[in-house]
Amino acid sequence: MKILVCISKTPDTTSKIAFKENNTKFDEASVQWIINPYDEWYSLVRAIELKEKDASITITLVHVGGADSDPIIRKALALGGDEAVRINAQSDDTYFVAAQIAEVAKQGNYDLIFTGKETIDYNASAIGGMVAELLDLPYISLATKFELNSTTAVVTREIEGGEEVDEVALPAVVSCQKGVAEQRIPNMRGIMAARTKPLKVVEPTPIEALTKIVSYELPPAKAGVKMVPATDMAELVRLLHEEARVI
Amino acid sequence: MSVLIFVDQAEGQIRKASLEALSYGVALAKQIGTTANAVVLGNLAKNAADLGSYGVSKVYHGESDTFNTMDAQAYTNAIMEAVQKSNAEVIVFSHNQTGRAVAPRIAAKLKAGLVAGAVALPDTSNGFAVRKSVFSGKAFANVAITSPVKVITVNPNSFRIAETGSETAQVEKLDATADNAKVKAATVNKVQGEVPLTEAEIVVSGGRGMKGPENWGILEDLAHSLHAALACSRPVADAHWRPHHEHVGQTGIQVSPNLYIAVGISGAIQHLAGVNRSKVMVVINKDAEAPFFKAADYGVVGDLFEIVPKLTEEIKKLKGV
Ligand SMILES: Cc1cc2nc3c(=O)[nH]c(=O)nc-3n(C[C@H](O)[C@H](O)[C@H](O)COP(=O)(O)OP(=O)(O)OC[C@H]3O[C@@H](n4cnc5c(N)ncnc54)[C@H](O)[C@@H]3O)c2cc1C
Repeated sequence: MKILVCISKTPDTTSKIAFKENNTKFDEASVQWIINPYDEWYSLVRAIELKEKDASITITLVHVGGADSDPIIRKALALGGDEAVRINAQSDDTYFVAAQIAEVAKQGNYDLIFTGKETIDYNASAIGGMVAELLDLPYISLATKFELNSTTAVVTREIEGGEEVDEVALPAVVSCQKGVAEQRIPNMRGIMAARTKPLKVVEPTPIEALTKIVSYELPPAKAGVKMVPATDMAELVRLLHEEARVI
Repeated sequence: MSVLIFVDQAEGQIRKASLEALSYGVALAKQIGTTANAVVLGNLAKNAADLGSYGVSKVYHGESDTFNTMDAQAYTNAIMEAVQKSNAEVIVFSHNQTGRAVAPRIAAKLKAGLVAGAVALPDTSNGFAVRKSVFSGKAFANVAITSPVKVITVNPNSFRIAETGSETAQVEKLDATADNAKVKAATVNKVQGEVPLTEAEIVVSGGRGMKGPENWGILEDLAHSLHAALACSRPVADAHWRPHHEHVGQTGIQVSPNLYIAVGISGAIQHLAGVNRSKVMVVINKDAEAPFFKAADYGVVGDLFEIVPKLTEEIKKLKGV
């Protein structure tokens, strides 16, 4: 069995978000880069757990990005990926990224493709669905549990106002979120092994981006918090009703 | 040329998030001078033609009960039938669970640029740019779609539902069914009788300051008085004081209600990542230095066990109950 895990690079949650060049570019200075938490904690760790039960499983990581992404790819290898493919391109268009991943996926004949539920920078939640469509595969989004049978997977996923347990024939694409696995930290042996694991760099397929970020904006600064005395909840209710108009 | 809106249903009911997307699509059609049509899949409790009251001319209805559970591939095929029949140029979804599963497939199939999580109508004065929330609520991006066909998912609670009249829409049946769906739903568990967290206009959330699960009665009363959904911080869910589906934050659910009331939550950055898209935030905390006050619109410093019941009482007074 072959599993392809999509890995994205995102700014750490605690990074300061700022823009430059007249608010047209994200300011990467002083940003700490991490593996997108949904990719790392849930989809990658679940793939590793499956491999621990069945040693014949191989885990390939795929990432679209420049050479500056290699440290986070090595970290994913240290956690337990077997090999990685980096598509040497940079884009914030979801179709471009998904189409690149789909090209790699086509060549590898994977039984299972994992993505995280969304990235914490662009929050689109779209790569898995697009990859599935481009490969004509079933897609189970927002998984909270994932088990393998021999030729099918049993997946619990979030639906509006509840959850559903689905059975799907493989190959399939699954997006993972909390519940699928628990976060892990790479150990020394993993870090050493990662240094020699294959990281293949391939050039992108010519694909046209369909969207372009024109500008960024920071939300208007909050007017500042208005404090209400603990003894005057009537005043708080009045403010929420008359001033904020939310109740 | 037209706008097509996918209207999601759950157990025959059309949910608020889908009506918001519907109103968004109708407003967009008006803005660009074209007609708006809707596509609905599965059995509806009401008449599909009634969607005309939101301003759509036509409703494409895939009536087969095989659509009552969502298989993204089967939904894609059915929606594609409606896209072709209506010659749609913009296809609008809610950024809810179904929209997130199906909109990317439609976009890939049509080679249409996708903006997922729109918070405002597109700016069509010079091209087609859609504003969306990025960096988990810390900023906005204006994203231009450069392809002829466009797909948008609309963030819940970002657009107001507008009923435009009492017209009925023309209903056209779709041929598609989900008979060959590759995903089979074995069991479906719906959380009964509660307001779904991602759709709620008001969210009441408790943190470690609540001290233990036995104290949640006061938050339930507060939530009840406001018809609000309940949420919690991560340590609360990790300690099993509350179910995991209530956990909001970077690793949990992201919400964007009109009002978020944080009770006994310190306001760690990972918590804020899930809630800072809320329009108005009220923070109740005994520690005046709690970081949450920096993100709040209204703050109350004091003991939540005294404050919350009083707040509930005042809300009941306002509502006259
Ligand atoms: C990688 C990562 C991801 C994370 N993801 C999330 C996430 O998704 N969601 C999340 O919530 N957290 C997340 N966390 C944890 C986060 O950093 C905080 O630890 C957590 O949010 C704190 O929860 P809390 O505010 O309930 O508890 P605490 O920080 O312990 O705060 C309790 C608050 O209650 C107040 N209080 C106590 N008693 C009373 C009283 N009687 N009356 C009034 N106020 C009182 C205290 O003053 C305090 O401010 C994450 C952490 C990491 C490292």
